[in-house]
Amino acid sequence: MNRIESVFSRLKSQDKAALIPFITAGDPDSATTVALMHQLTRSGVDLIELGVPFSDPMADGPTIQRSSERALKHHISLKDVLAMVAQFRKMNQSTPVVLMGYANPIEAMGYKRFVEEASRSGVDGVLVVDYPPEESAEWVRHLKDQGIDPIFLLSPTTPESRVKHVAELAKGYVYYVSLKGVTGASHLDLQDVSSKLSQLRAHIRIPIGVGFGIRDEQTARSIAERADAVVIGSRIVEEIEHSQAADLLANVGALVESLRHAIDARSNHSSDIG
Amino acid sequence: MKMYDLPDKRGHFGPYGGTFVAETLISALDELCKQYEYYRGDAEFQTEFFRELKHYVGRPSPIYHARRWSDHLGGAQILLKREDLNHTGAHKINNTVGQALLARRMGKSRIIAETGAGQHGVASATVAARYGMECVVYMGSEDVKRQATNVYRMKLLGATVIPVDSGSRTLKDALNEAMRDWVTNVGNTYYIIGTVAGPHPYPMMVRDFQAVIGNEARQQMQEEYGRQPDALIACVGGGSNAIGLFYPYIGEENVRMIGVEAAGKGIDTQKHAATLVTGRPGVLHGNRTYLIQDENGQIIETHSISAGLDYPGVGPEHAWLKDCGRAEYVAITDGEALAAFHALCRFEGIMPALESSHALAYAAKLAPTLRKDQLLLVNLSGRGDKDMATVAQQSGISL
Ligand SMILES: Cc1ncc(COP(=O)(O)O)c(C=O)c1O
Repeated sequence: MNRIESVFSRLKSQDKAALIPFITAGDPDSATTVALMHQLTRSGVDLIELGVPFSDPMADGPTIQRSSERALKHHISLKDVLAMVAQFRKMNQSTPVVLMGYANPIEAMGYKRFVEEASRSGVDGVLVVDYPPEESAEWVRHLKDQGIDPIFLLSPTTPESRVKHVAELAKGYVYYVSLKGVTGASHLDLQDVSSKLSQLRAHIRIPIGVGFGIRDEQTARSIAERADAVVIGSRIVEEIEHSQAADLLANVGALVESLRHAIDARSNHSSDIG
Repeated sequence: MKMYDLPDKRGHFGPYGGTFVAETLISALDELCKQYEYYRGDAEFQTEFFRELKHYVGRPSPIYHARRWSDHLGGAQILLKREDLNHTGAHKINNTVGQALLARRMGKSRIIAETGAGQHGVASATVAARYGMECVVYMGSEDVKRQATNVYRMKLLGATVIPVDSGSRTLKDALNEAMRDWVTNVGNTYYIIGTVAGPHPYPMMVRDFQAVIGNEARQQMQEEYGRQPDALIACVGGGSNAIGLFYPYIGEENVRMIGVEAAGKGIDTQKHAATLVTGRPGVLHGNRTYLIQDENGQIIETHSISAGLDYPGVGPEHAWLKDCGRAEYVAITDGEALAAFHALCRFEGIMPALESSHALAYAAKLAPTLRKDQLLLVNLSGRGDKDMATVAQQSGISL
């Protein structure tokens, strides 16, 4: 069993949903990122999505765009991000790390070199926002060769035929984008999420995480009642943006602990007793 | 060459093109593909498109023999395809008319567009007014400053111009922002991309609408000169005016096709936009193509005196035409383009856009190396009124 499978199987036996934070590598600077990853695990997250900064983050809202710009001020490259993961792995062998980003830094490095170095650094999964399944056959083959899970997005507008296609390619978990829009928007509709998730479950046999637009404990908890994982990005990145360096770890830690608490307080799936 | 039938079903030109976008956009693009596939074969749609091009845009645009300038250069004859005479002053309107007609048939009430020089923004605002649609134009805040007159033109036409403050604050960032708007408002919104870039079907669809340029040229050349030109020359930003001229000629291998990129302050400096001449393949804005990027795959800020060529990518079909050798790509500096701008003003009484001046400058280099009976057909993609402030500034004059 790889790290991602172990985490989800443990959570399943505990009847808990996974808490997945997103942070951008190198935001606010490269020294902070590894410390922040350790803080996140201490505060109870189950898996870390680590954003690879890119000059043109087309699917992101202003908050994550700015985090990318802060990281790029320090010229954080894909190689630097892999080095951060390797550094994190020296102290942590159990928390999965999933890289999330855009195609071009990977194109520039080349598929083969990237997957080899990612595997050596201890990366468990990769989500490339602008590699949809149609363009991903070769890419997925390279990832799977190195035992790295290809993570894919599904959206409210994904038709059933494509859900099946994603189901064939995806490993680890799939990431359901809970709204039409970019990261950080705030018009998530719980009713829609519920009905879409049950449609997805007809085809998807691996865990389903939900993200985009989850900003508070209440929503996190409601999503935890419906999904296998709750992904929180912009809200955490905002905390990083607004914190003084000295308070950053403590502030993010406190935020994540409160989210953890909210998620664990979800009503029981089957009996609906809190 | 075997029959040219690119792109394939998924929008690939060899290894280039494709649909590299986030999941949220896929269904919108699928729908657009389906609708476009239907209407490109629909006689009623095509009839309306050509009627609009004739009565609203003012087509066909003539081919004009720049005789005095050709004599002065002392070589091949330079012919100009006069896209500058189109309504709104550039080739951009051919595409916006086509896409607006499609948007109407798809029941969309709101159109959005990105713009660099403002020409595509103006062309979009124009058709939105013509067809009674809401129009929002995204424009990098740097470009808003550089192209103040066009910003005002768009506002007069009833469009909302939204300055984009992210990234390098230019065309590529405006495109990012327009994509974000589209993802969020996909229900009622149609995104008119202004060049042959972006995800499939845009590079193909914009090419098809712009191909009116080359189709007219073939007929006009035959009628007026009894033969086709020896070479076609067009500037390349995203590549829409160039592909519009080239596409109908791809099968005619004795006609050279030359795309002219912006060398800015020189291709050995960091300040240029010569994507095909200096770049490497990668993925940006929904397709695989040549890009100006650093060794880590970050997109680098580009520079050109002409905002319309100031783009770090290029249409995927040009990437393919370069790799297979069917078209040649060269670069012209700011200074060379300016000299051509002034030359055309003085020798022919035509004020070209700074974008088009790049194509003219290369023609001025090539013509003297050729015989007097050879013909160069240059795409005069737009007129230069919008550039007067920039040109004046170069001469130390403020208007
Ligand atoms: C007059 C003119 N020519 C050329 C261009 C470059 O675009 P493309 O390469 O798509 O023709 C522009 C873009 O704004 C333009 O305004």
